[in-house]
Amino acid sequence: MNLTQEEKKMLAGDYGQGTALAMKILVAIGEAFDAERMVKISRAHVALSNQEADLWFAEKLASGGAKCRVTPTVNPGFNLDYFCKAGMVSEEDAKIMERTHTAYKSLGAQLSYSCTPYLFDNIPRFGEVVSFSESSATPYVNSVWGARTNREAAQSALCAAVTGCVPEYGLLLDENRKAQAIVEVEADMADDFAYELLGYCIPKKIGPLIPALVGMPLNPTPEALMNLGAQLNTAGATPIFHIVGVTPEAPSLEMALGGKSPEMKIKITDQDLINIREAISLSPGKIDFVMFGCPHHTLRQVQDVARMVEGKKLRTELWIMTSSYTREMAERMGLSEIIENAGGRIVDDTCWDQPCWGHLAGKIGATDSPKLAFYSKRRDMQFIVRSVHDCVKAALKGEVQ
Amino acid sequence: MSAIYTFKCHKISGGVAEGQVLCSKDDINFYVVDPEKGVIIEKGHAIEGMEIGGRVLVFPSGKGSSVVQADGLYQLNTYGNAPRAMIIKHPDTVLVASCIIMEVPLVDRVEEAFYSVVEDGDTVTVDADNGLVTVKKKE
Repeated sequence: MNLTQEEKKMLAGDYGQGTALAMKILVAIGEAFDAERMVKISRAHVALSNQEADLWFAEKLASGGAKCRVTPTVNPGFNLDYFCKAGMVSEEDAKIMERTHTAYKSLGAQLSYSCTPYLFDNIPRFGEVVSFSESSATPYVNSVWGARTNREAAQSALCAAVTGCVPEYGLLLDENRKAQAIVEVEADMADDFAYELLGYCIPKKIGPLIPALVGMPLNPTPEALMNLGAQLNTAGATPIFHIVGVTPEAPSLEMALGGKSPEMKIKITDQDLINIREAISLSPGKIDFVMFGCPHHTLRQVQDVARMVEGKKLRTELWIMTSSYTREMAERMGLSEIIENAGGRIVDDTCWDQPCWGHLAGKIGATDSPKLAFYSKRRDMQFIVRSVHDCVKAALKGEVQ
Repeated sequence: MSAIYTFKCHKISGGVAEGQVLCSKDDINFYVVDPEKGVIIEKGHAIEGMEIGGRVLVFPSGKGSSVVQADGLYQLNTYGNAPRAMIIKHPDTVLVASCIIMEVPLVDRVEEAFYSVVEDGDTVTVDADNGLVTVKKKE
């Protein structure tokens, strides 16, 4: 790769061993993808998740004196204050979260602890070159905002935040952003949940190709687009999608395809969505809890839940994981009070894939997120997957019907 | 004497490693494994239930969230169950970064003939630094 003087100095260790390691990794990635040079980034999101590998790597950079040149937003771990007070985490687990906090603070990250920064505090403009990891964030900033990022790992995005640059390859280049498959959507995209199933369905049929979706509603909610991206990157690795007439690089099908013929053309029907739901969900029945917030629920989703539970009593636990911004708004707007009076809980800065949920191990839950249901095998939770509406109904009745 | 074949490839993550080969037609997410046993636990996966620890893995591509791939490999490594090397067709940044950081040799663009020669149980050497993959057929 052709590096500038400044980039060479970073690699040589002039700015410390942490920065040198970050640059070494970016150069290796660049060479793997035949990139010719580095380009500057102006934003980053690091999907640190308080997992051992994250912590190990963040501490390695921090102890090498690395400081972020571009301040990144970061993914949730768990809310230390909340779960310690509730006695839901061991001292050991609390220490790991403290260490994560310390490492990222020392690196100079914005301690936002949310997986949906693209909805409020880290929004790129069209064409901006950025480095975003996190499975719903990468597709959202590429597809919906029209910014440019590869599907970064938490670690490569942190390297980019430290050095302020990324190798130029893949989705940073025009020609690689075009649709390669046409997905004709005949299924009824009636609510945000349909987008969860659609997102899970597409990679099973087209593999890693970039989809252009046609036949879609022209006014999807931010939640629908967030869900679509999250599930595309659970069932597969699809860092950009185009919805003809909706997303900025797809004003027409021809423009989405960039004048080329598609490699594949498929249809998605209502039956496909039902089949996928059956494949990823337990059969209806009794549940012990409901879990929302993978990705973090938005203020509108919190409002929807509050509306449904107002003045009622839930029969099961109900947890909503969200950003500190949304939790604060929910507090101010009286939504938290409504949900808590019904027996539900709203907690910020927290991901489900954390040690604070030990009491749910071995139990059966309901969730709107196929991503949560897919990965939760690792924490011994099992899920019935339904819409937010149906999950709340299930929490009121104690079962999914 | 077993037959030995050598193929050219493209280095992604450097290093040299040898092991018994395990081929998967499905993409792999290293988080949906049991790290203590080194076994894939993803339901319906082509190599579900098979041990990946100490193997050279041949598969199309990585998949899954941007966080968990590295953590999955890290955990496998902790229990001594990381794959020795990986041979893939379609690199994605998440897997590439994870392998570079965890120092697992990773190559792509192996000559097409490799895929008609290699079978589970063969001994495969991945010399990423020199861009070579060697297959020693099982007896």
